[in-house]
Amino acid sequence: MTDHSEFDSVSGKSTTGHEWDGIKELNTPLPRWWVICFYLTIVWAIGYWIVYPAWPLISSNTTGMFGYSSRADVAVELANLEKIRGDRMTALGAASLADIEKDPALLALARAKGRTVFGDNCAPCHGSGAAGAKGYPNLNDDDWLWGGTLDQIMQTIQFGARSGHAKTHEGQMLAFGKDGVLKGDEIITVANYVRSLSGLSTRNGYDAAKGQKIFAENCAACHGDAGKGNQELGAPDLTDKIWLYGSDEATLIETISHGRAGVMPAWEGRLDPATIKAMAVYVHSLGGGK
Amino acid sequence: MNKTVNPNHLKPADDVGPLYAARKKVYPQSVSGTFRRIKWALMAFCLGVYYFLPFVRWNRGLGAPSQAVLIDIPNSRFYFFFIELWPQEVYYFTGLLIVAAVVLFLMNSIGGRIWCGYLCPQTVWTDLFYAVERLIEGDRRERMKKDKSSDPMKLERISEIVLKHSIWLMIAWWTGGAWVLYFNDAPTLVKELATFQAPMIAYVWIGILTATTYLLAGYMREQVCTYMCPWPRIQAALTDEWALNVTYRYDRGEKRTSVKKAAELRALGQEVGDCVDCYQCVAVCPTGIDIRNGPQMECIQCGLCIDACDNVMTKIGRPKRLIGYDNDINIHRRQEGKAPVYRIVRARTVVYSAIIAAVGGFMIYTLATRSLLDVNVLHDRNPVAVKLSDGSIRNAYTVRLLNKSGYDRVVAIDADGPVNLTIHVIGVDSVTPDRPMIVIPRDSTSELRLLVTAPAENNPEKSIPVHFHVTDIGLGVVASATDNFVSP
Repeated sequence: MTDHSEFDSVSGKSTTGHEWDGIKELNTPLPRWWVICFYLTIVWAIGYWIVYPAWPLISSNTTGMFGYSSRADVAVELANLEKIRGDRMTALGAASLADIEKDPALLALARAKGRTVFGDNCAPCHGSGAAGAKGYPNLNDDDWLWGGTLDQIMQTIQFGARSGHAKTHEGQMLAFGKDGVLKGDEIITVANYVRSLSGLSTRNGYDAAKGQKIFAENCAACHGDAGKGNQELGAPDLTDKIWLYGSDEATLIETISHGRAGVMPAWEGRLDPATIKAMAVYVHSLGGGK
Repeated sequence: MNKTVNPNHLKPADDVGPLYAARKKVYPQSVSGTFRRIKWALMAFCLGVYYFLPFVRWNRGLGAPSQAVLIDIPNSRFYFFFIELWPQEVYYFTGLLIVAAVVLFLMNSIGGRIWCGYLCPQTVWTDLFYAVERLIEGDRRERMKKDKSSDPMKLERISEIVLKHSIWLMIAWWTGGAWVLYFNDAPTLVKELATFQAPMIAYVWIGILTATTYLLAGYMREQVCTYMCPWPRIQAALTDEWALNVTYRYDRGEKRTSVKKAAELRALGQEVGDCVDCYQCVAVCPTGIDIRNGPQMECIQCGLCIDACDNVMTKIGRPKRLIGYDNDINIHRRQEGKAPVYRIVRARTVVYSAIIAAVGGFMIYTLATRSLLDVNVLHDRNPVAVKLSDGSIRNAYTVRLLNKSGYDRVVAIDADGPVNLTIHVIGVDSVTPDRPMIVIPRDSTSELRLLVTAPAENNPEKSIPVHFHVTDIGLGVVASATDNFVSP
């Protein structure tokens, strides 16, 4: 290196001997401690390779002297977290549903836990924001098939609807057309009658008296004389503005002809009681809870 | 210009230096004078503030920390006397950094490296360590002699070395100790430290700062400024021809002679320089340079060479300030026989001052007028709007209330918009329907789920703005936030 170095008379220094396109580098010596530090970092790196996982091998990697792994660290942290959460979830499990909503700390915990569990278990049908879809109820609104109090929501989550569980909600909308109970024109008439219950427009020439008669004979048993529904049977209120499957005539005809029997699975046994409680509080707190 | 011939120019080309140089140890000589006194005073002030500030108390009421300056990391609060900052107010710190940077620029354009020479912790602690060294091992010559001596060490010398390092380590330890006190209640932590019951992290930090203080002030010294600090390089780009720097006034000093020769030549009526080549300026320099070589990157401009030279000039009966705060413009003016001109007020300093005033003023204004009650509103994204069974529309919001004051507040929440809105907070059965009342504990935040419903008859057609007002019903203070009410 020093072979090509020369003395620079302007600066009074020698050059390092490096030259790039005619530009030569003056030799400004680094302090020796700096170089020693540099070598120390190399020694440090070698020590690091020995102590910590460092080199990739074909199908694994060197594990280091103490078998350290950041994944194991995370596992330990998660276990600690579970322990902390466990204590809090015990408190949640012990409190009554009404008390949870009154206690800001428990409410925050239940909402946080509920939202996570909802995302994992309920979102595929009800949507991540619980806004629902056709056939899957919106849980944000105040219209409830099986009741919207904290206890009723919890019961529905525990046992589901038409889930096969012994305590599940039963009751279904019959297939009046398919089973030959009502004829085609009767179905159209009663569909228009149902639309009129919530103030929707009806078809020209529709016979309101006939519609009311058909409704009273076939539908009122579940939906009530006034069409207000029955939460014991999961029969929806036909007078409000919320329609699970749709309020247009064609959809109503389809519903009356073929029936409806949406299924919600039972979560008891799949989720622990405290989690179900948290989820009930979460769903209730979305805004529609009674 | 000063065109002295450098004798190195005559060196042969084959004299090539090594690529790595051993450090030349600097043995600064003690000196007394104006600048030394300023440095002592500033050192006492800076170290006094650093070491004792954590013990200053400030009453913030029951349950709040009573330490005047405290960085409370677990509770994410910063206390500075009457100011309490939350993490979301970190922009005050940004403002402080801007002001600090521009103050550095301003100092630099007025008086060169004032920061480096008088205020930088590296300078202050190195100065202190040199003082200890001088006290124990003697002044420049004695220290040089002792270091060079190859005689076997006697007990006296060994005890000197042990004493010096012990005192250094004690200062270093105290430096680390003071550091951790800024993060905890100082009297409590001092007790815990003394009885070895403090948290491990406190000992670790004291250890780290003890090591850095001991190494940087005891060993690295001027190497930190020359090789590790970026500021000497940056400040070179910030200076201009009017900035006053510690300058050897070569118009007066050259040609250098000895005291005797100067007297002889003056007697003959010849012109001689005032510099008598006594090397006192070099002897006192903490970075080991010769100021007479002109402005240098290594020079931290501590002014000690001014004191050293002044003492010599007084002794030989010549005017003081052969070395002083000056610039090249005035040297040239004097050479031309004109009076020197000093320009502190110029575009650069005016602009820097204006920036400092603007940023500082803005910060003080916002700090003085900031509300201790705040509200943030976040609209639900999924679903954005919900239709209820009676056809009315409901929107849900996550509302965060911030009470930055030292007392609990009872607040009422109102929402107003172009249509008649009703509001409800989950978990709150308010005695005043449509005006939920919430208690926010002091120095904390509360997160609420707020539902806003617009009745069916005056359903808004599209997205309309809604104003949320949070009123402290005791004090009447109002915090507001605006969001939108959306229809499906």
